Amino acid sequence: MEPIVRLVGITKRFPGVLANDGIDLEITPGTIHALLGENGAGKTTLMNILYGLYQPDSGEVFIRGQKVRVTDPNVAIRRGIGMVHQHFMLIPPFTVAENIVLGSEPRRGVSLDLKRAVAAVEELSARYGLKVDPLARVESISVGMQQRVEILKALYRGAEVLILDEPTAVLTPQEVRELKVILDSLAAQGKAIIFITHKLKEIMAMAQVVTVIRRGRVVKTLPTSETTPAELASLMVGREVILEVEKGPSRPGEEVLRLENVTANNNRRLPALRGVDLTVRRGEILGIAGVDGNGQSELVEVLTGLRPATGGRVFLKGKEVTRTRTRQRIRAGLGHIPEDRHKRGLILDFSVAENLILATYDRRPFASGINLNQGEVRKHAERLVREFDVRTPSTETAARSLSGGNQQKVIVAREIDRDPDVLIAAQPTRGLDVGAIEFVHERLVAERDRGKAVLLVSFELDEILSLSDRIAVMYEGRVVAVLPAGEASEDILGLLMSGAARSADEARAAVEGGNRVG
Amino acid sequence: MLAERERAFRPFRLEGLERLWIAFAAVMLALFLGAGFILWAGKSPLVGYQALWQGSFGSLQNFAELTVSMTPLVFTGLSIAVAYRAGLFNIGAEGQFIVGQIAGAWAGAASVFTGWPMWAHLPVTLLAGFLAGGLWAAVPGLLKAYRGVHEVINTIMMNWIALYFTHWLVMGPLRADPIVPRTKDILPSAMLWRFLLPSRANLGIVVALLVALAVWYLMWKTTVGYGIRAVGYNPSAAEYAGIPVARHLLLAMIISGGLAGLGGAVWVSGVQLKFLDIFTFTGYGFDGIAVALLGNNHPLGVVGGAFLFGIFARGAQLMQSVADIPKEIISVVTAVVIILVAADQIIRGLGRRRSSRRAKEVAAHV
Amino acid sequence: MKRTVLFLLVCALVLSLIGAVGAAPKYKVAMVTDIGGLGDQSFNDAAYRGLQRAAKELGVEIKVVESKKMDDYETNLSNLADQKFDEIWAIGFLMTDALKNVAKRYPNTKFGIIDSVVDAPNVMSVVFKEEEGSFLQGVLAGKMTKSNIIGYIGGMEFPLIIKFESGFIAGVRSVNPKARVLVGYTGKFDDPGKGKELAMTQFSQGADIIYHASGACGIGVIEAAKEKKLLAIGVDSDQSHLAPAAVLSSMLKRVDTGVFMGAKALVEGNWKSGTVVLGLKEDGVGTGFGIDRFPKDGVKVPADVRKLHDKAVDLIKSGKLVVPSTREEVAKFKFTL
Repeated sequence: MEPIVRLVGITKRFPGVLANDGIDLEITPGTIHALLGENGAGKTTLMNILYGLYQPDSGEVFIRGQKVRVTDPNVAIRRGIGMVHQHFMLIPPFTVAENIVLGSEPRRGVSLDLKRAVAAVEELSARYGLKVDPLARVESISVGMQQRVEILKALYRGAEVLILDEPTAVLTPQEVRELKVILDSLAAQGKAIIFITHKLKEIMAMAQVVTVIRRGRVVKTLPTSETTPAELASLMVGREVILEVEKGPSRPGEEVLRLENVTANNNRRLPALRGVDLTVRRGEILGIAGVDGNGQSELVEVLTGLRPATGGRVFLKGKEVTRTRTRQRIRAGLGHIPEDRHKRGLILDFSVAENLILATYDRRPFASGINLNQGEVRKHAERLVREFDVRTPSTETAARSLSGGNQQKVIVAREIDRDPDVLIAAQPTRGLDVGAIEFVHERLVAERDRGKAVLLVSFELDEILSLSDRIAVMYEGRVVAVLPAGEASEDILGLLMSGAARSADEARAAVEGGNRVG
Repeated sequence: MLAERERAFRPFRLEGLERLWIAFAAVMLALFLGAGFILWAGKSPLVGYQALWQGSFGSLQNFAELTVSMTPLVFTGLSIAVAYRAGLFNIGAEGQFIVGQIAGAWAGAASVFTGWPMWAHLPVTLLAGFLAGGLWAAVPGLLKAYRGVHEVINTIMMNWIALYFTHWLVMGPLRADPIVPRTKDILPSAMLWRFLLPSRANLGIVVALLVALAVWYLMWKTTVGYGIRAVGYNPSAAEYAGIPVARHLLLAMIISGGLAGLGGAVWVSGVQLKFLDIFTFTGYGFDGIAVALLGNNHPLGVVGGAFLFGIFARGAQLMQSVADIPKEIISVVTAVVIILVAADQIIRGLGRRRSSRRAKEVAAHV
Repeated sequence: MKRTVLFLLVCALVLSLIGAVGAAPKYKVAMVTDIGGLGDQSFNDAAYRGLQRAAKELGVEIKVVESKKMDDYETNLSNLADQKFDEIWAIGFLMTDALKNVAKRYPNTKFGIIDSVVDAPNVMSVVFKEEEGSFLQGVLAGKMTKSNIIGYIGGMEFPLIIKFESGFIAGVRSVNPKARVLVGYTGKFDDPGKGKELAMTQFSQGADIIYHASGACGIGVIEAAKEKKLLAIGVDSDQSHLAPAAVLSSMLKRVDTGVFMGAKALVEGNWKSGTVVLGLKEDGVGTGFGIDRFPKDGVKVPADVRKLHDKAVDLIKSGKLVVPSTREEVAKFKFTL
């Protein structure tokens, strides 16, 4: 079949980085084509070039056999290219129909012809099987629904090629399955779909063709039917990667962290935690599963003293710490890998060495009196950079100039080196590439095996399932179930995370009964 | 990959030299534009700029007076730089300078200290200025740290309070003259030693340079400076690491105010030898903002900025009296220098942000 | 680019040469303003008028240097001394100590100071009897008021400005014991907005005439009077040009006379150090009637009021009436014109 999009020799250079280096790519109508690569490999740059957000330094773009200069997204849209960004570009208080037609509204005189807009949306959603309520407000619908709205928006503008940037990152397993159904139906009707991701399992399940990109070059394009996740991972990283976390059985010891009926508010002063009970023991990883925004962030902040609890009690190693400050909890043995490494975890303008003493700068051996012991700080930094394999030109380099993976290594190194009894890891691998994820996972398991208690918060079910010894599911500010990892599955967790099942038993029964809820 | 990244870092290493070069180019360009203004005013730029040069470097005496002009600016510049490093904008250096003057003038003249040797009285006098300035800044500091009230508004209000409070003191309890609104002369034991007489050059400039060095040490070589800079760069991360944010904000504000207050006391001890109520702001606190900006909020840069400002202040006097150039034109030329140097930093700041954003696009997003 | 630079440099050179041409007059007289500077519509401007008059009538070379900061006082004075000026004026009492130091360093240069006294063999000090001129304004206001409420707005509260207040209140009392004087201070000398605000407040309290001694704040006082169609009394210079229909009169403080007199003494070779006190008798203070300057638009002053004013002038000149210059003296002051 004739390719609808053909990219030839695309090269794009940013200061100091060759983002795309002579990339060739062909996209055929009716196929789902995955672009796979580590962070920084050049996937998004390539798609931004196709969508007209960047101009290539050299190389050509052909659409339907015709050479096109895509100078801006309007050109791309006119040529039938649509893009669904990772972060949705919707206007929350507008209705679904209004959002879809925005920018090319059907008009009656000067005013929006809402009836025709609704009719157009209904027609589209019927044709492609994307069920939405055209009159619902975007702020009141689920994330999966919002993604559908984004897809419909592109289709409304006549997209024949649909680019999806990390479309599954924000979805529950059930929603991912629904997305697959939608994409299959779009492909069946002749649309071409490009799908950017770094999740190997999804590629195997959803795409027909996958192109692996490494350091700005195409490594290989191959049908998914002829490959395995392990092969893709080694193509992507350039070496053998162990996909499964290797860990032995846990040997849980004494309880070191305990929450009793903890409540707290979010930043808008609305209840975010509605009575959380939880315990974590030495030598185990407790995973907290849940869709983003169900109280996980607030829970971590309450545990670390960054957010006051409005009720309940928190115990660390048997002592109540509910009202103590962050500093005291850190000294009492709490470690924390924060979910937002730029906001909380690092001072980007500080050097690597300075960042590595963030919580200990005023203690021996780094401080003597008020003097900073430069020699000790440097020695400390050099040791950790070596031990944790932080790739940095020097310990004096600003943290800002490190890649995301190396920034995370700095944080992990700092927190683990403090030798805490309880390590809270919130989204520790978000945005990291496979190699860095592997590193972080190994470190967390190693900490567990050294008898530390690890509390892992993640929106990635794979991560929760492969690392945790026990799994707690949070929904609307409560822990709705705690179950041993052996008894959990994606389906069970998905039902609990979406609120469709109210307890582990209910979820199990639903899954065994074959009912699809949600 | 590593080699690639190292190449990307090279510009940072050149930064010091590059910055100096850019500042020099900005000054030259400003002088060139200023020449246009002077011509427009119907005067001779050559004579004007000769006066500008003479004012500071024409003779040893003139150079000595340059050190007098730049000394208060070093202190207020440092004051603003320290606050800025903590993420605070201290517009109140002016008021802190004023209360530092009155405190220094009081301590320098107070009869309780009569008979004290200089090694005791002089430090007490300067310390009084530091404490008064620190106290003055502590009010907006407390409000900022523990109540979240924006420091800009409060420091401005404290300037006015300083102005009227000192006016009341000079008209009332500290009154020393029927005509001139001034306090008593300070005792000889509270005076900073003068040299290169008859100029007013005094040890104040040495104190200023030592204090700049001390501030540099404090900010980059001690845990206190580490905490202040951490809070300034990223309060969320500081909070995360258990660094008490509010306490450091207050501390930075007190140090900042103390430096400006010390500047006021040094001014009294070295030059004024009393408090003279001029019924308006001295201007040193406000110029300190520009000095800190020119010096990129680095203590050593502040000294450079004060040096440049001092040259212009000296030049302003001589350009008027020798070259007949109105003081407004000189103000315009000074302003052009600030704008050009600041614009350079703004442009480069934007550039850096954009390139870092792009780097992020490239690194994290692709 | 290079050529443009060259061209500009040549231009500059030519211009500077033109500037240098011209015969050098015999004597060089300069003045240093305080931070207020030229354009204050007040005593810095008045001093400059005296200097200009000296240039015109005596043929001396003149120069003005404005101070930007308080540390400029001393260096501005000494810079001029270095340039061999024969007589250098320090305008304003804030320069008292700076002049003390400079006069000592340059014993062969003659200096003058306005509003303050520096006791040195090469300094002439000129002070004024502001209370006498203010008394006359008080007489006018006391007679002209219809509401029997009169305003006084000072700059900052210190002895020199209290002299204005005291003389003025004494003048009002001497002709109209029933009238009440509202006293207010702006706290500054450089803010017309503040002056206007305070004037509006006094007008709204029923005042119909306001006398100000508040430097540039007074511009706002006069503006307020103009807007309200009420009256203001100016100070230092004749301020009736700011609003002919709203300025009843101005208390003239002849700083210009002081400076001119000093220059004249220098040229005529009878310059003497010491303190010169300029009052009504010496023509150092007086009244400038708006109507005399603007016969058409100016505020009309009834003949009997004018006569009473002139009577007060005579009494003060002859020494029969001693005008109080402090609040304590005002409290004890009893005199009916």
